[in-house]
Parts: sequence; structure tokens; C-alpha cells
Amino acid sequence: MRAVGPVGSRAVALVAVAAFGLAACSSSSKTSSSTATSAGSSGGGGGGGTVKLGFFGALTGPNAQLGINIENGEKLAISQYNATNPKTKVTLDPFDSQGDPSQANNGATKLINDKVVGVLGPAFSGESAAADPIFESAGIPNVSASATNTKLAENGWKYFHRVVADDSLQGPADADYLAKTLHLTSVAVIDDNSTYGKGLGDAVRGQLTKVGAKDVLDDHVDPNGADYGSTVNKIVSSNATAVFFGGYYDAAGRLVKQLRAAGYKGVFMSGDGSEDARFVSDAGGSPAEGAYLSCPCADVTSESSAASFVSAYNQMFGTPPQIYSAEAYDATNFMLAAIKGGNTTPSAINKYLGDSSWKGVTKTVKFQSNGNIAGGTIFVYKVESGKIVQIGTTS
Amino acid sequence: MTGVEQKPARRADGPREDLRRVGRGWNRLTGRAGRRWRRLPIPVKAVVVLVVYLALAILVPSNPVAHVMAPQSGWSNVLSEEIGVYVLMAIGLNVVVGQAGMLDLGYVAFFAVGGYSIGILTTHDHLNFWEILPIGIAAAALAGLLLGAPTLRLRGDYLAIVTLGFGLIISQAATNLNFDGGAQGISAIPHPPSIGHIKAFTYGVTDFKPYWYLVLAGIFAAIWAVRRLERSRVGRAWVAIREDEDVAELMGVPTYKMRLWAFAIGAAVGGAGGVFFATQANHIDPTLFSYQVSILVLAAVVLGGSGNMAGVVLGAFLVVWLPERFRGFDKYRILVFGLALVVMMIFRPEGLLPSRRRRAEMSEPASGGGMGAPLVAPTLEEAEA
Amino acid sequence: MNFHSFVAEFWPSTVDGLVIGFIYALFALGYTMVYGVLKLINFAHSEVFMIGTVAMLGVINVFNIHHAQSGLALVGLLLVCAVAAMIGSGGVAVILEFVAYRPLRRRGSSRLAALISAIGMSFALQEIAALWILKRRDSRPLPSIMGHNVVFTIGKAQVTTDDILVVVVSLIMLFGLDRLVGATKLGRGIRAVAQDPETATLMGVNLDRVILYTFLIGGLMAGVAAVLFEVHYSYTQFNVGQLPGIKAFTAAVLGGIGNLRGALLGGLVIGLLEFYGSSLFGTEWQNPVVFLVLVVVLLFRPTGILGESLARARA
Repeated sequence: MRAVGPVGSRAVALVAVAAFGLAACSSSSKTSSSTATSAGSSGGGGGGGTVKLGFFGALTGPNAQLGINIENGEKLAISQYNATNPKTKVTLDPFDSQGDPSQANNGATKLINDKVVGVLGPAFSGESAAADPIFESAGIPNVSASATNTKLAENGWKYFHRVVADDSLQGPADADYLAKTLHLTSVAVIDDNSTYGKGLGDAVRGQLTKVGAKDVLDDHVDPNGADYGSTVNKIVSSNATAVFFGGYYDAAGRLVKQLRAAGYKGVFMSGDGSEDARFVSDAGGSPAEGAYLSCPCADVTSESSAASFVSAYNQMFGTPPQIYSAEAYDATNFMLAAIKGGNTTPSAINKYLGDSSWKGVTKTVKFQSNGNIAGGTIFVYKVESGKIVQIGTTS
Repeated sequence: MTGVEQKPARRADGPREDLRRVGRGWNRLTGRAGRRWRRLPIPVKAVVVLVVYLALAILVPSNPVAHVMAPQSGWSNVLSEEIGVYVLMAIGLNVVVGQAGMLDLGYVAFFAVGGYSIGILTTHDHLNFWEILPIGIAAAALAGLLLGAPTLRLRGDYLAIVTLGFGLIISQAATNLNFDGGAQGISAIPHPPSIGHIKAFTYGVTDFKPYWYLVLAGIFAAIWAVRRLERSRVGRAWVAIREDEDVAELMGVPTYKMRLWAFAIGAAVGGAGGVFFATQANHIDPTLFSYQVSILVLAAVVLGGSGNMAGVVLGAFLVVWLPERFRGFDKYRILVFGLALVVMMIFRPEGLLPSRRRRAEMSEPASGGGMGAPLVAPTLEEAEA
Repeated sequence: MNFHSFVAEFWPSTVDGLVIGFIYALFALGYTMVYGVLKLINFAHSEVFMIGTVAMLGVINVFNIHHAQSGLALVGLLLVCAVAAMIGSGGVAVILEFVAYRPLRRRGSSRLAALISAIGMSFALQEIAALWILKRRDSRPLPSIMGHNVVFTIGKAQVTTDDILVVVVSLIMLFGLDRLVGATKLGRGIRAVAQDPETATLMGVNLDRVILYTFLIGGLMAGVAAVLFEVHYSYTQFNVGQLPGIKAFTAAVLGGIGNLRGALLGGLVIGLLEFYGSSLFGTEWQNPVVFLVLVVVLLFRPTGILGESLARARA
């Protein structure tokens, strides 16, 4: 026994000090936010003052990148808006959901208590299913830039919107593209068993048989797993001419890498969850070559009409816009247009979102009554020389 | 059991010893209070409990408290959906780990059974919350019996790995099967039907205080039930098993049956937690039932003081509340949580509020292979230093 | 049940299952040795492995390697990676012992307390890797430093150079460790402590030193496992060790925890089960199949297939 005594008490003291330090820091950050609150409540009546727009999505945790992209789009839109010295200024009120549906109620109540007039988010489908009923009954308009699960639009919600086409559009469009455009008729459909991946995979499976193609293999991989060898073996022995993967880029990258290592030569296609430069790097470069990716999101980095957005984004965050940043930018600008027009209450903003349209950098945003975007295009990308290049649309 | 006093302190110097003395004083105080409490007539007890309940129900979710406790969250929701549910689960797991001394790393399985019971029965069979609560509890207890019957013959660490396996299987099976919504989960789980038009019993989506009253009542009921068991023949059998299973067996304690009991009761409380959670969350999917939940509840039990009711309640509160309170540091909160676990185990391994009995056991290490046994007999360490 | 798929993929499944099985076996040694000596589940061992993969990523970045290597360059690179990963993993294992376990032993804490402390370290190490070393939470690719060149085929299965590397290196390490524990002074000390720490101390075995070496050896093996894992899968992530860690621990328990040969057997059984189970029931049932088999085996052989026996290993 060494004399751990004094060391022990010192360590306890240290922890206590650290705890107080934490408390002090957080209370200082709180003061700044509470001044914002008071400013906001004074100007709620329209004309002058400040209102808050919420953000709801993962900023930490394993799936944070998507949330960060979206929040960046919103940040940029708000800062550009405030720079024009509008009558009603807007501040951003973010909630980090960590992508965890059990945080959804907490986040929704928090944003409602903060008196936000609109919310960008929730980012993921799972947390949307949990949080949207609360926004609905509190009457807070929410616009998601990335939740694509079909069922979300089937609840009769009036305050729910999304600026991207849902999986019921993307899945069948992908199946059509494989069967009709590429003329590949025996397809292995693999998914990662997540809410998103399985939803997309099932939509593809459903459409394949309708267009005369065969769904020769269904398999579900663990997105956290390292070894997709058994799935690869099945694909190889099924003689599928194409593989569709419903899931996110890192699992997609690993799958295509192991497929190519096993000598598989067929076409690889995946959805918007994989439409990210990291898909190519996770695959180790060349294995991803020639892969098709679909997304309801448009690549704006190459479009001249969006050039000012791209350069402003680059300047603010030091990277070109990534997946769903542009959609988030459009969605935020739509809400900001409502506020600029003097609609500073949640219900007025919601009415504006329902009645008007917004010409954004990705497309013209117009909502249907169930909250889905009108029209909705699925863009197709292809990996060419290590870059993801937009090659057209599915139709 | 004689208590700590008789065991001479290994080294009577420095602030460590002071700490111990304070600890002993606290133990004596609570012991005396406990004895006095038990002598009170039942109506008096009932009034005291009611007053405590009302105080907790009304004061804790109030705005000034919320401002201090969780300025960056929806406090009443955090209370009812997370803190309350974790407290319930910690009480349940404490029966298994703290009382009967079995290490269960798959406790989330029972939480899932409760959650899916209400998810499936409300959306398919249109039963309401009040009808499902007992069904969910019974289903979880049954799951406990089914899992426990084959596995509880295993000892210590083997039980731990088997329960860990079950915890993993349950979320994976929930993902793979279709009757429970698969990976999509179950949405639009109804809230409990409101009672009359009283605000305190109206279960909506924006005001979470009624849920807190409900969950708090559940916690009180669980504490009462578990307390009664602890003080019964069953509870004494658990302690005997925890201390030395072989001796207990020799003395005629039906160890297997008693362990099975502990497992089922722990499971039932976890199932109640699942029902309370799902009715508030409105949406469940398999990602909510990951094995991290098991680890977190176990951490709550050990951190608070395995075997002591007040301790595990405190532990569960801290495990949920600290990360929520320090949201500004969300980047570092898991790191801090992990380090805090290590620091706690080094400086106060018996937990923040240790059980008096457990404390005594810890300072006179038990023989046998249970989880209470020391890493290496302390006599050895002394011989070396 | 899909027997057709099982038959069609039998040989590829067998080859892949054995390869991952050897990696599990090496990884499992750390669990099994620490358990044998301390009767403690070293929950943070998965992070020991993770640090090994991260160290290898560091080496690859330092040498600025983007493509598969061959010949002497490959051998040299593999050796440098192995040394770096072993230093990383072994170092973390030793730090674990000093920070999370030794202070607890000194205070005569219970094994439950040590388990929680290990869980705490596991969280902390994952976060340190995510926040400061990898600086992100999604996976980070490494270049495949070794081409997948087919050496020969069995049935429809292609056996590649990296498969052979995994098997050969694992066998050498396992054999070496078996000799170390069976035939050296340190090994005798380890066995003595595993058998009866009290008596061992009285006989002049330095308990702390033996425990430290046990952690170190487990860490070194995890480092080698990490390099083999990277050669085969080439990616890392802050939680890359978690799932393989649970599998490796299961392998240790299945074979008979504390038993070195049991770890090998357990690893191979788990590896094969994963692949056979996947082809029979679908990949989504891979993990449930593994754990169900574990439960069934433990019911009939409560101490694993070969039984617990670090203490009884023959000299």
C-alpha cells in the first residue's frame, strides 16, 4: 500500500475544480444565448427584432458529417441574410441530436421552448419520425434537407416539409436506371439494415420485378462490420450483372473494395447515402471506378448559377459544399424569404412555405400538401478517374 | 455481518482516513434513520411517502430547477424519458448485480421486450398503455425466465458473456425480423389515454410533466416492491449467494431458483422501463436497444453504489444528467464520462453511496469467483508494498 | 435455411472464415492471458487493437504510401508497420495496467470495479482516437499495401497472398507464445500466478511484474493482429476494435478462457461459424448465430471446448 491518501483527495479536488470550470464555461455560453432570447421575444410581433431558426441533426457521433454539412448550409444562408441588414434579424439555434432517436423529444421540446419560428431538420429519418409529431402539435414548420424515408409524408402532417425527393422516388428511379438505361437485368440488392438503407433497398427490389429485371440476391450487411466476405461470395456465385447497395458511403466503400478484390466485374450502384467523395477514398480509389450513384441532390459545384454559393461556402468553411449543403442552403433561404416578407410567426412562415416557391441553387423548391417536394428529380453520378461526376438524371 | 468498524484500517493516516470516518458516520446515521423509519406506523409512512412524491413531482420539473439543471435541453422531457427510465432500469439491474451478485451485460434485452410489447400491442391490437403496462412487465419477466433458465447455471464471467451475447442478438433480431417493423421500427406509438380533463393526467406531446408524474410513480412502486423482496427470505438468499454460492448451497439455499427469481424480477423492472420509454418516444427502432444501453445502466449501478437503492438511483441520475448538463462540451462528454468511471473506481470503488453490507464485504474480501471477489487478495498487495 | 447457397459458397466461406479466425485468435490472446492471470475481462482490449491499426495508419502516412508494394519494399514496410503497431498496442496495454488496473488492485477493489474501470478506459481511448488522432468519426481508409494476388484455388475459393500471410504469421506468433508460456521463466511465473497468486508471491514471483508482462504480451499480439487486419481490410475507425473485440472475446470463452490453444480453436470456430452461418441464414444473422452457438456450447461444456487452463499449461 503506497500512501494514495493525499493523492486521492487531490484528485477529487481536481475533479471538483474541473467540474466547476465546466459549469462556469457553460453558464457563460448560456448568458449569451439568453440575451438572444430576450431580444427575440421583444421582436416577435413582426417588423424589427430578432427571430430564431432551429437546426436539428447530428453534430457529433458517428454520423455527424451529414449534420455538419447541413448546418453549414444553414449558417451560410443566415449570415448572408443578416449581412443585408434586414428588418428582422435571424439567429441560429442548433440542437445536436447525435442522430439518436431517443434524443428527438428532448431536442424538439428544447427548440420549442426556445421559441424558434422554424426548424431546419431533423436530418435523419429515424429522428424525424420521433420528433416531427412534436413540432406538428406545437405548430413549428420544419424543413428537412435529407430525411428521405417514404413514410414520413404519410402522416398528414401540416408542418413537415422536405426539399429532397423521398425514397419512393429514388428507389424505383434507380431500379429503372439499372434495368432500362443500363440494360442490366439480374441485380443483387444489398442493404445495411438501417432505416434508410433498408427502405431504399426495398424500394429498388419492388421496382425491379415490375420492369422485368430479376432481383437475384437479397442480403443485409452490418454497417459496422469489417468483413463483407460472405456477401461478396454470394454476389459472385449469384452471377448478378449489377449490385445495388442501400446504405452509407463507408460501408459502400468497403463492400465495393472487397467485391473488386474478389474479382467481381459487374456494375456497382448505390444511393444518396454513398454520394460522397469518401465513398471513393473508402473504396481505396480504383475499386470505386465506374460505380453509379444516385441522389435527389444536385451537384451545384459545377453549375454556373450556383457559383456564388459555392465560392461563399468555400470561403466560410474552407471546403466546397458537400452532400446536402446546397439543399440546406435552399431550405433555409426559403424560410428566410418568408421572414423577410414579414412573416415572423411559425404559422405565417408555414403558410408562406405552403403557398410560395423558391428558386434555389439546386432547383425550384415547391412543396406538395403532404410536405414532399413537387416534382423531384433523381440525379445520377458516376465515378470517373476518382471523381464523382454528375452524368444526368434517371429519366 | 458485523460491519466495517471491526475491521482495523490498513493505515490510519491522512485525509483518506478522515474520509473513511465521515463515511462511517454517514452509514451510522442512515442506519439509525432506517431503523427509526421501519418502526413508524404504516399511515405515517404513507403520508411521508406521499409528501416526498408530491415534492419530487412538482419541484423537480419546475422552471427554476430546469434552468439550473439543463439549460440546453427540454428538461422535463429529459427527466421523464431519460432520467426516469434509466433510474427504473438501474433499480431493476441492481436486483441482479447488486443483490444477487450476477453480472448481466445484456440488460437492454428486457428494455427492448418492454418497448416492443407496447409498440406492437398498441399499433396491431390497439390496446392502450394501461392495459399494456402489466403485459409488458410480464413479457419481460417471462423473457428473463426463458433466458435465465438455461444460462443461470453458468457462473460469473460466463454468465456475463452469455448475457452480452443475448443483448446483441436481441437488437439484431429486432432488425432482421419483420413483425416488429424491422429496421424501420415502429412509429406513432400512442401516448397513454388521458384521464378525465385533468392537466396532470393529459398525455400530449409538448408537455412532459404528466409523464414525469407517471414514471415517478413507477419508480416509487418499483422501489417499494424491490425493498420488500430484499427484506424477505428471498433477499437474504440473494445475499448469501452473492457472498459465497457454495456455502449458500450447502446451507440449503436453493441457489438456482433464487438466481432465476432475481433475474426475472430485474427483467420485469427493465420491461416496465421499456414500456414507459416507448410510450413517450412515440417511435422505436432497433438502434435504441444497442448494447451501449446495457453498459450505461451497469455503469449507473456501480457508480452509484451497487446494492444500495439510493446509490443506484443517484448513479442513474448522474449517468444521464451529466452529459445532458454539459452539452456545451458535447465533443468531450463521452471522454469525460469514461475518465470519470476510471477515477471513481480508483478512489471510491464501492460507489458514491455504498451499501453498508456491500462495504463490509468489500473490506473483507469474499472467497469464490463472484464479481465481488477482489482482483488479487489484498494481503498479497500489502506483503509486497 | 439456404443449403444451396451453403454448398455453392462452401470453399470461399471456409477460406475466408479461417483467415478471419486466425486474426480473432491473435486478438483473443490478450483477453485470455489477462483473464487467466487476473480473472478479469479486459474490456479495453478492443481499443488496444484499435491503437495498433491507428499506428499502422501513421506509418503509412509517414512513408507516404498510396499503392500496393512488392518484394523487399513490402517486407520492410510490413516489418515497420508491425513494430509500430506492436509499440502502439503494447504501450496502450501497459498504460491500461498502470492507470486502470494497478491502482484498483492496490486498493483491493472488486473485479466488478475493475470491469467498470476497463469500460471507462475503453470509452476514453475511443474518444481520444476520434478527437485527436483520427480527427473524425467515420472510417478512414488505408491503401492496400499488399496486392490480392491469387496463389492457388480450392474449389471456387481463391487463396491470395494476404490470406497466406495472415495464416503464417498467426501460426508463428501463436507457437511462439505457447513456447514462451510453456518453457521460459516468465512463462512459469505467469502460470504460477494464474494458478494461485498468493502462493506464487510467497515463492518469490513478482506479482506486479508478471501482470505487467501479461498485459504487454496481450498488447503485442493485438498489434500483430491489427497489422494483419489492415493488410486484409485496410480501414480504421475509432470503434474498429469493438465488433472484432466482442468476437475475439467470444472466441476466447468458446475455446476455454485462459487457454492459449483454446483461443486458436475458438477463433477458428467463430470465423467459420460466421461464414457458414451467413451463407445458411443470410448475413444479417451472422452475429446471432455466433452467440447462439456460444450459449449452446457453454451449456454442455461450461468452461469452453478445451477448458480453462493457463495455469495447467504443460511445461
